Amino acid sequence: MNNFFQSTGLHALSLQGFGPLLLQGTWMTVKLALLSLALSLALGLLGASAKLSRLRVLRVPATLYTTLIRSVPDLVLILLIFYTLQLWLNDLTELLGWDYFEIDPFTAGVITLGFIYGAYFTENFRGAILSVPAGQLEAATAYGLNRIQRFRLVLFPQLMRFALPGLGNNWLVLLKSTALVSIIGLADLVKAAQNAGKTTNNTLYFLIIAGLVYLLITTLSNRLFKHLERRYNTGIKELAR
Amino acid sequence: MIELIQEYGPAYLYSDGAGLSGLAMTLWLFIVTMVVGFLLSLPLALARVSRTLWLRWPVEVYTFVFRGTPLYIQLLICYTGLYGLEVVRDNAMLDQFFRNALNCTLLAFVLNTCAYTVEIFAGAIRNIPHGEIEAAQAYGLHGWRLNLFVILPAALRRSLPAYSNELILMLHATSLAFTATIADILKVARDANAATFLTFQAFGIAALLYMLLSFALVGGFRLAERRWMRFLVPARG
Repeated sequence: MNNFFQSTGLHALSLQGFGPLLLQGTWMTVKLALLSLALSLALGLLGASAKLSRLRVLRVPATLYTTLIRSVPDLVLILLIFYTLQLWLNDLTELLGWDYFEIDPFTAGVITLGFIYGAYFTENFRGAILSVPAGQLEAATAYGLNRIQRFRLVLFPQLMRFALPGLGNNWLVLLKSTALVSIIGLADLVKAAQNAGKTTNNTLYFLIIAGLVYLLITTLSNRLFKHLERRYNTGIKELAR
Repeated sequence: MIELIQEYGPAYLYSDGAGLSGLAMTLWLFIVTMVVGFLLSLPLALARVSRTLWLRWPVEVYTFVFRGTPLYIQLLICYTGLYGLEVVRDNAMLDQFFRNALNCTLLAFVLNTCAYTVEIFAGAIRNIPHGEIEAAQAYGLHGWRLNLFVILPAALRRSLPAYSNELILMLHATSLAFTATIADILKVARDANAATFLTFQAFGIAALLYMLLSFALVGGFRLAERRWMRFLVPARG
C-alpha cells in the first residue's frame, strides 16, 4: 500500500505506518462507547422506574440525579468524576482497611460516561414508559402476569417503540462524547490521530481521517436504528405522508 | 474552600488579570456563537428545504458532516489542523485569523451549532401546516416576502423547544474551549485544581456555575415559549 502511494507521488495521502495505531484507537473508542452505553442503559431503566415509583425515597434522588447531571456539561463532569473518583476510592479503601488500588483510565472513563448518560437515558425511558397506554398494563395484570413478566412481555416491547428515536440520538451524543476522554489521557481515536499528526507534521490529514471514522460509525448506527425502529413498529400503521 | 474562592473568585467570574475569564468568557463564547449561528442557520434552513437540488444538497452534506463528527475533532481541525497548512500561513488575512485561538474556537462552535440548528429549523419549516402557507399565497405573498413574513416566524415559534435544547447543549459544549487555551470557566477550574489540589471544590464550583447558567437558560426559554407558542396551546373552558 505504501509503495503504491510512493510510486504515484501521493505519499502524503498514505497512513504512513499509522494504520494500526488508528485502528487501535478506533477499537478503543468503540469499546468505550459500547460499554458506557450498556451501563447507561441499565442506569436509565433503573432511574426511570425510580422516577415513576410511588415511593418518595426513590423519586427524589432520581429526580436530583437527572436534573443535576443534565445541567452540567459532560466535559466538566468527566474531569470532576475522573479526578475525584480515585480520591474517594482511596478514602473508602482506607476506611474499610482494604489494599490501595488504582483505577485505570478506561474503567474510569466507562463509569463516568455511563453515569452521565444514564441521566439522559432515564428521561428517555421515563417518557417512553409514560407513552405506553395504561390499559395495556392493567390488562397484563388482569391476565395474572407478575411484575417481571409484565415488564418483559408487555411494557418493554411497547416502550421501545417510543424510546428508540431518543435512544438513537443519545447514543450518537454518547459516541461523540467519547472523543473527550482523550483529554483525560485515554488512547482513543482522537489521541491516535493527534499522535500520528504530531509525528508526521500532518495533523489536519489525520484529524480528517479520524472524523471520517466517526462519520462512518454514526452513519452505520443510523442505519441500525432505522432497522430497529421498523422492527419495533411492526403492526403499527405508518402515518400517510 | 474559602481561600480557593478568595483567590480564584474573580477569575471564576470575570477576570484573571490577563483579560476576560471564567463566567464572562463562557458567556461571551456562548452569545457570539448563538447569534452568528442563528443568523447563518436561517438562510441555510431555507436552502435545506428548497426544491432546487444545488441549493439543498450542499447544505445537506454540511449538516451531515458536522452532526456526524465530534465537536472536539472540529475544534482541533480549526485550531491546530488548518494552521499547519502553508496556504493558510502564507495568506496574511487567514494567518491573522487562525493565529488567534479565540477565532478558531468561535469558528468551530459556530459551524457546529449552525449545522444542528439548520436541521431543527428545516424540520419546523417542513411541519408548518400547508394552510398557513396557502393563505399567505392567497394574500399575494411570494418569494422572500413569504419566507420572511410567514414561513420563518411560523417555523421559529414551533422550533422553540428543540432550539432551547440545542442552545443548552451548545452552552455545555463551550467548556471545550479550554483545550484551545481559552480562559473559560473550566480553564479557571483546572488552573485552580492544579494550584490547590482541591479537586472536588475546584471543579464543583465550575459545575455550579454551569448549572446556574443552564437553569437561567431553561427559565428564559420557558417564558419565551409561553409568549410565542401560546397559539398552539389548546383553549380551555
